Amino acid sequence: MERIPILRMGKCLLVTIQVDMEDRTALGLQDDLSSKIAATGATGVLIDISALEIVDSFIGRMLASISAIARVLGATTVVVGMQPAVAITLVELGLALEGVRTALNVERGIAMLASATEDDRGQPHA
Amino acid sequence: MSQSAADSLTQMLESVDRDEILREWMEQLAESGSKPQPSTSAARAEASDLLTAVTTAVRSGAEPGQFELPMWSATREILETISNSRAAQGASAAETSGFVLALKKPLFGQAQKRLKGVEPSRLVEMIWLVSTLVDKMAQWTSTTYQRSREAIIGRQQEELLELSTPVIKLWEGILAVPMIGTLDSSRTQLVMESLLQKIVETGSELAIIDITGVPTVDTLVAQHLLKTVAAIRLMGADCIVSGVRPQIAQTIVQLGIDLQGIVTKATLADALSLALKKVGYTFTRSKS
Amino acid sequence: MANPTPSGSMPLREERDIVLSRQVVRKLTQELNFSLVDQTKMVTAASELSRNTVVYGRGGEMRWEVLENGPKKGLRLSFEDSGPGIADVNLALTDGWTSGSGMGMGLSGSKRLVNEFDIRTAEGAGTCVTIARWR
Repeated sequence: MERIPILRMGKCLLVTIQVDMEDRTALGLQDDLSSKIAATGATGVLIDISALEIVDSFIGRMLASISAIARVLGATTVVVGMQPAVAITLVELGLALEGVRTALNVERGIAMLASATEDDRGQPHA
Repeated sequence: MSQSAADSLTQMLESVDRDEILREWMEQLAESGSKPQPSTSAARAEASDLLTAVTTAVRSGAEPGQFELPMWSATREILETISNSRAAQGASAAETSGFVLALKKPLFGQAQKRLKGVEPSRLVEMIWLVSTLVDKMAQWTSTTYQRSREAIIGRQQEELLELSTPVIKLWEGILAVPMIGTLDSSRTQLVMESLLQKIVETGSELAIIDITGVPTVDTLVAQHLLKTVAAIRLMGADCIVSGVRPQIAQTIVQLGIDLQGIVTKATLADALSLALKKVGYTFTRSKS
Repeated sequence: MANPTPSGSMPLREERDIVLSRQVVRKLTQELNFSLVDQTKMVTAASELSRNTVVYGRGGEMRWEVLENGPKKGLRLSFEDSGPGIADVNLALTDGWTSGSGMGMGLSGSKRLVNEFDIRTAEGAGTCVTIARWR
């Protein structure tokens, strides 16, 4: 099974999703991230989806789950680089991605994580 | 079509009189006063290709009355080329099918010449075949021409739509888009896409959507607007709606539309001022 | 008309087929020159419906057909399975509905992504969802 690599940068974990994921790969990522956050005590998770051309309800729910799980484990999650066509489709699909913070790119995402305080509960999305 | 008629037709089309047919065809066109062809040699080449295709089809036994069959596909393709080029040049439907119809006279002439002295029923059969064939070709040309024109008009409409929704960079990190007219679906769609694309390209965190040019805001319009804002936020940027006139403000309240935390400002100036603050700029005015 | 419009089908049996169906629909919409947004919407709808077929329909197939209406081109997709079917379709089409099987918003969401949507299903009699999008 394909596993998405997770990189560590200080107190942050970075994930770049570059493949069209099968459902099991997405679930695998969720598991791996949860374990790694707990194992490393990471306070920030950055998920780069700039290469993802399709985000359907499964992937969307995965992103929301990761965000929620990370929060419980004391980490903030930021999803960056959503493509315009994907954003438009998600809105039409009706997927609100509640509780998922987003940023335009990796640079902004990292800045966002840096300024997130420890007791920050994460602002719910629109 | 009877075998002898098929043979006669084939012979006629293949015979050495071919050049004569082409010449008479061009003459017929000129006489009918149709729009001067872009270049006679181009028209002649088209006519020649068409004649060849028709001859080949007839030789292999294709029936004029069943023009939609695969045997006529090469002929149909040439007719389509003729149609499309004329549609693009702005020729009228009549001129386009007229090109094909002008083939009748020379063919009738040839038929008469060859079947002179033979029993009249054969001449009648030949005339009928030729007529059916040319009519079918003219009909096909007309239909294709129609489709071509529709496609061209469709493209022009798209271009017009694009022109009326420009996205402006007001400042580093701040984009603005003036919405004009009623936010009907296709225009809003284009605006959304254009704005979102620019947000990614410029890395702008804030978009100001100015609705001064929007006459009324009803629930449908509001829905379109809210969807645009939702998409902008999903991507990680934010939005201010400016140009909200008092009447629109009243309508929004009356209809109970939930703006879901979107900041609205009456003027573009106020929106820009807020945007600059949000993005982190402070302005000082030096005393002159 | 002379040229038969292209059509085809593919099985939807395993999870892998969900990704495959996305790729097939992507290719089809690209060849039909759909705008990027329309391509994305169609591929996403296909992903939702393929998943329903594989996961809840216990396997089935996806069929496609290119549509032509004068100069307009379109694409029709059908997702068919002979699984348990849906007892209450109207309920299934409400936003955020989740049955025990978790079909969730795949159906109602997909409906918003396309121009034409049709569903034929009955409890114990399988499901067939047909969608179409015009360029």
